[in-house]
Amino acid sequence: MKTHKLPVNLTDEQIEDFGRELDAIRDEILDSRGERDRAYILKVIKTQRSMALGARVLIYASLFFLPAWGHALAVWPVMLTLLGLGTFMLGIAKILENMEIAHNVLHAQWDWMKDPEIQSNIWEWDTMSPSDRWMHSHNVVHHTWTNVLEKDLDVGYGIMRVTPMQRWKPAYLLQPVYFILLMLLFEEGVAFHEQAIDDHIKGKNKFADFKPLLKRIGYKIWRQVAKDYIAWPLAAALVAIPISFFVDFSPLAVFGIVAGANAIANVIRNIWAFMIIFCGHFPAGVHNFTLEQVEGETRARWYLRQLLGSCNIEGGKLFHVLSGNLSHQIEHHLFPDMCSNRYKEASPRVRALADRYGLPYNSASLFRQFGTTWLKNIRLAFPGGGEPYQRNPSQATSS
Amino acid sequence: MRQPVPTEHNTTPSIWSRLSTITDYFAWPLRTSHYLELVNPLWTTHKMQARVEKVWDETRDARTITLRPGLNWRGHRAGQHVRVGIPANGKHYTRTYTISSPPERNDDCFTITVKAIDKGTISHHIVRNIKVGDYLPIGLPQGDFYLPDANPIQPLFITAGSGITPAFSMISSLIAQERLPDTCHLHYSPHEFDVVLGKQLKEMDAKHSRYHLNLLYTREGKDQHFSEAQLAALCPDWKERDVYACGPPSLLEAIEACFEQAGCSRNLHIERFRAPFTEIPKDAVGGKVRFAQSGIDTEADSETPLLKVAEDAGMNPPHGCRMGICHTCNTTLVSGCVRDLRTGEVLNEAGSIVQTCICAAAGDCELDL
Repeated sequence: MKTHKLPVNLTDEQIEDFGRELDAIRDEILDSRGERDRAYILKVIKTQRSMALGARVLIYASLFFLPAWGHALAVWPVMLTLLGLGTFMLGIAKILENMEIAHNVLHAQWDWMKDPEIQSNIWEWDTMSPSDRWMHSHNVVHHTWTNVLEKDLDVGYGIMRVTPMQRWKPAYLLQPVYFILLMLLFEEGVAFHEQAIDDHIKGKNKFADFKPLLKRIGYKIWRQVAKDYIAWPLAAALVAIPISFFVDFSPLAVFGIVAGANAIANVIRNIWAFMIIFCGHFPAGVHNFTLEQVEGETRARWYLRQLLGSCNIEGGKLFHVLSGNLSHQIEHHLFPDMCSNRYKEASPRVRALADRYGLPYNSASLFRQFGTTWLKNIRLAFPGGGEPYQRNPSQATSS
Repeated sequence: MRQPVPTEHNTTPSIWSRLSTITDYFAWPLRTSHYLELVNPLWTTHKMQARVEKVWDETRDARTITLRPGLNWRGHRAGQHVRVGIPANGKHYTRTYTISSPPERNDDCFTITVKAIDKGTISHHIVRNIKVGDYLPIGLPQGDFYLPDANPIQPLFITAGSGITPAFSMISSLIAQERLPDTCHLHYSPHEFDVVLGKQLKEMDAKHSRYHLNLLYTREGKDQHFSEAQLAALCPDWKERDVYACGPPSLLEAIEACFEQAGCSRNLHIERFRAPFTEIPKDAVGGKVRFAQSGIDTEADSETPLLKVAEDAGMNPPHGCRMGICHTCNTTLVSGCVRDLRTGEVLNEAGSIVQTCICAAAGDCELDL
């Protein structure tokens, strides 16, 4: 008996069985959490904080090798190498903080430890979006309504056409440009990625309705800017002022160098986060859904939708950590509150289960996933657009 | 961190806290303290930690742990207790232990003495697994079971088992201050070999003529349990003394009854370790649900999610997915007992996080909603 409208050849009973098997995997893994998981997250947090501090120190240290100092090692190549290293390290530290730590803590993945320091309700992360706002737009809206048109704000982020199910508008012609802009300014994009703002643009609510919200976001942005573009550069510039009487180098340039390094570190993080996140739901072969398809959805069907709507990226151990284990996007979407270090053991089990039920399991290299995301982006900038590169038409996006 | 900065009463901000307001701009969204922690965990201000300096086995199942607290520690009064956070099996637990050392100790450390209790996972964990060099989160000293500043005229201590710890701290403190009055002490334990801090007690008894120790062994032949007759025999002037009692509930009940009958309850000071637990029913039952912040009382059965119960009672608590994945509905259990409908797991520890959309009442409960 088949009453669901999902693009798979399974009966309702089979889907419910599939759901029960996923529940069993979930329960088994959650039950086995213990000391080793706690040790893992504590280690990642400690590494991340040490790395961020080390990177800041390295950026400062590089200033001592500015050619104006006149000592033997004070030449541009040395200075720029150190500066580059510090900037890169800061970028990595920010990636680690956003992806493997904050994203997962805010998903309540570590709440089971009951550690008062590592709780979803108190954690604030190093990005412009306030944690609790993001928890609403991401954990609630996106994770509940994954890939459902008109419901999931992440479908196209309000500016892009990522499925032929979205009706074409001339504005979409520019979407390759939006794509790159969003990539560079991802943290700002996430901060303003709000249902209330989206509604306002569509004329559904008044400005006064979300003014307090804007104030909250504004405060968070101010503290982020104050840290990266005022506090750290200013401290260096203040030290440089007395030195500038003896060494011919402007404190303003020192300010610029430190601020610039921080900006680059933020952009490195933005590009990386954008790539990983866009590979989660937009590559070829991913499914989108209509409201009609999710009507009266059971937990098992919700599982099935998460599987059809998410994609994994293949890679090594370090790659998984740096991607916050969102390279296991399918497992993350099936079990959003499972601690991230366990996705790698859930992954082969989910994959085998999908195989057994004849369901697709979209997993490929970063190159393939990001490549097809781009292809789709360019193709869908124009009207129409099935998915020409789809090998198996029966699994194409249903509309 | 989004947690509120603790307000400091009647003090002007210290130089450190003024400085950290500025340095926190460098550390946002963390605090400077989170980075100081990398250098030395005892320098933190966002939480307080203590380093385990020494572990000493008092008996086969009791251990004294010497802790060096962080910089913002304040001294305790003899008899007070402290909250200690203990990670066990990956989870963080908080337990309260009496400080067993006197405040007069001069190495800035304090000790807690923990006895492994039956089925007590955490006390077993402390006695078996805590090692030198571990850092444990701690709270500040608390509690009003301490000696008055003016000497008690003549104290009488009645203790049993690990209930010795506050009394030990008080007596050592009086000795350290060289103002020990005539003191009578009745201590109960099952056998001679498991008297917690027994060696030190006997030494004190031998050294200080004003300290009269009576060790009573309840499982060595004759009945040595607390009774009025026994009390009268060992401490004839018990009705005139200030009495400090600490031990298991059965002993405290017997003492309370005895003093009430004699009409001298006001001399009696009691410290209880654990609040009596309510029995968890075998079969799932509903109960009265109280939403503390909203001041609403209602009835719930054993299978309706508490979120639904709250909504039916006219509330609109925060919620998201209604299926236990987004944690928007998380709230705190103030008291009572709830059941996780997914796992059947029962939550009855006050302070537990409850996902209202997938938890139902298991008996009476109170939620912070």
